[in-house]
Amino acid sequence: MISSLAKRKKMKMTVSYFVLIPFLVFFLFPLYWMLITSFKTDTEITSLKGIPLIIQSKPTLAHYKKILFGTEFLKWVKNSLIIAALVTFLTMVISILAAYAISRLRFFASQYFGVGVFCTYLVPPTLLFIPFFKIVGSLGLLNTKWALLFLYPTFTAPFCTWILIGFFSAIPRALDEAAFVDGASYIQMLWKVFLPVAAPGLIAATMFAFTVSWAQFLYPLAYIYRGDQQVLTAGIYTTLIRGDVYFWGELMGASLLASVPVVVFFAFLMDYYIAGLTGGMLR
Amino acid sequence: MAISASTVNRRRHPTLLSRLRSRRYAAYWMVLPLVLVVIGLVVYPFFYSIYLSLENKKETKFVGLRNYQRLIRYGTFWLVVGNSFRFTLTAVFFKATLGLVLAIILNNLPFRGQRVWRGVSLIPWVMPLALSSLGWWWIFEPTHSAVNWVLVQCGITGKPWLSDPTWARVSTIVTNIWFGTPFFMIMYLAGLKSIPQSLYEAAEIDGAGATQRFRYVTFPMLRKLIAITVMFSTIVTFANFDIVRILTRGGPRYTTHLFGTYAFNIGIETGHLPRGAAIALFMFPVLGIAAFFILRNIARGEE
Repeated sequence: MISSLAKRKKMKMTVSYFVLIPFLVFFLFPLYWMLITSFKTDTEITSLKGIPLIIQSKPTLAHYKKILFGTEFLKWVKNSLIIAALVTFLTMVISILAAYAISRLRFFASQYFGVGVFCTYLVPPTLLFIPFFKIVGSLGLLNTKWALLFLYPTFTAPFCTWILIGFFSAIPRALDEAAFVDGASYIQMLWKVFLPVAAPGLIAATMFAFTVSWAQFLYPLAYIYRGDQQVLTAGIYTTLIRGDVYFWGELMGASLLASVPVVVFFAFLMDYYIAGLTGGMLR
Repeated sequence: MAISASTVNRRRHPTLLSRLRSRRYAAYWMVLPLVLVVIGLVVYPFFYSIYLSLENKKETKFVGLRNYQRLIRYGTFWLVVGNSFRFTLTAVFFKATLGLVLAIILNNLPFRGQRVWRGVSLIPWVMPLALSSLGWWWIFEPTHSAVNWVLVQCGITGKPWLSDPTWARVSTIVTNIWFGTPFFMIMYLAGLKSIPQSLYEAAEIDGAGATQRFRYVTFPMLRKLIAITVMFSTIVTFANFDIVRILTRGGPRYTTHLFGTYAFNIGIETGHLPRGAAIALFMFPVLGIAAFFILRNIARGEE
């Protein structure tokens, strides 16, 4: 009986791993392909001989050199970092205050705010980018990275608020009552009680705001046409493709380099993010 | 003591400052920034978009519904409508199915392996989509790249991936499935973990096999979650921009455009902003319906 149970369990494992492999190949192949392309020489990339799935001639760093020193890549990194960091900061201030008020203080229509916030999150960037073109233009922000600073909170703030409402609501009320009895003001209560207790939620919201800002592609593509104001996603796309000439090595290398910060971010803090996301969606 | 004294004091002299400090006003101050963002950057642009869509190309004259009428008469527009629905339905179907298979498999693995493989499976979703789309674009390149080489090795002729309407549609959908399956996996995995083990044990004692356990325990327990995730993904997929923009730019001959990319093409690239706004607004009913179903399923218990 026991041995048959163990056998069944082993069988289940084998089948599981067997099904998992095609998924992993599918998920990881693009990354592998981008990686080897970025180290291949141009002649090898365009050659039709041999097996393209491996690097056959001597690997080269030429593409990376060109990315770093022959394009405005480093400027885009800087712009992306500035925008993502500022947007994240702005988003967190907006969301923490709003989530605290919505989850704890009663005020006019406060019960509808939670739903309203979620609805706003469901508005995709593609719905409103045309009127934004006019709005950004009338504010004189067309062709500057600052346009992004003011547009990105439209999709970061609602979702971060939604995540934080969940985390704040889970804090026992006894805790605020104790703080209140001790004479804490609302801001002190938020600062000394809510933020430390809801730290995992703050991490999740921060990651969300940062990665979404980092990855946005439509807004910079639509409103920024100058290399020195561009961010990574749109910069790589618009600069490394010139008509019919494709710099595949540079394109792949730059795309990988630009993805590194987000992937590293996730490697360390994935659990918080998953908890925030699934908690936020499934409450 | 200090608190009650100050409260009494406040009641006697309701100065503006103390009123602003009171509980109710404090709440208003705190939600104000978010309300400003939502009104200024979502509600206002939405109505402005409607207004804009009623103007002529130079935005000098009010033309009523002419932009919408023109669009409805264009064959191209209906191509976009058809493709948007085909893209969304196919991609969401595969993402939902593959995500479920993957989640069940991962849930079977022991804790350590599960964490590692879950992390690896999330990479497509974590990577900025515009950048991974560039990778897929290169993968689908017909002469020098990977897919066709593999096909030829298997004795199948290579396909003109991005230059033939059917294959171009397949390419964009495959890329979307690659990107979105991890999201379904992560949602389903959270759902699977919340099903009490005792239900499975009870089913097993009653003699239920693996298929029956899935049909009578797993699926009913996950139904609400699946509905929410599918609807949510429908919105995101329907409103996708990055993949089609990078892989095909809507081509060949407008066959792969989605609402977002077509609006970009007409509004930004050819400079007809009002018509671009009209195209984007055509998305609204679909998004609204999906949002309605999500909210009905979530029905959050407000305290």
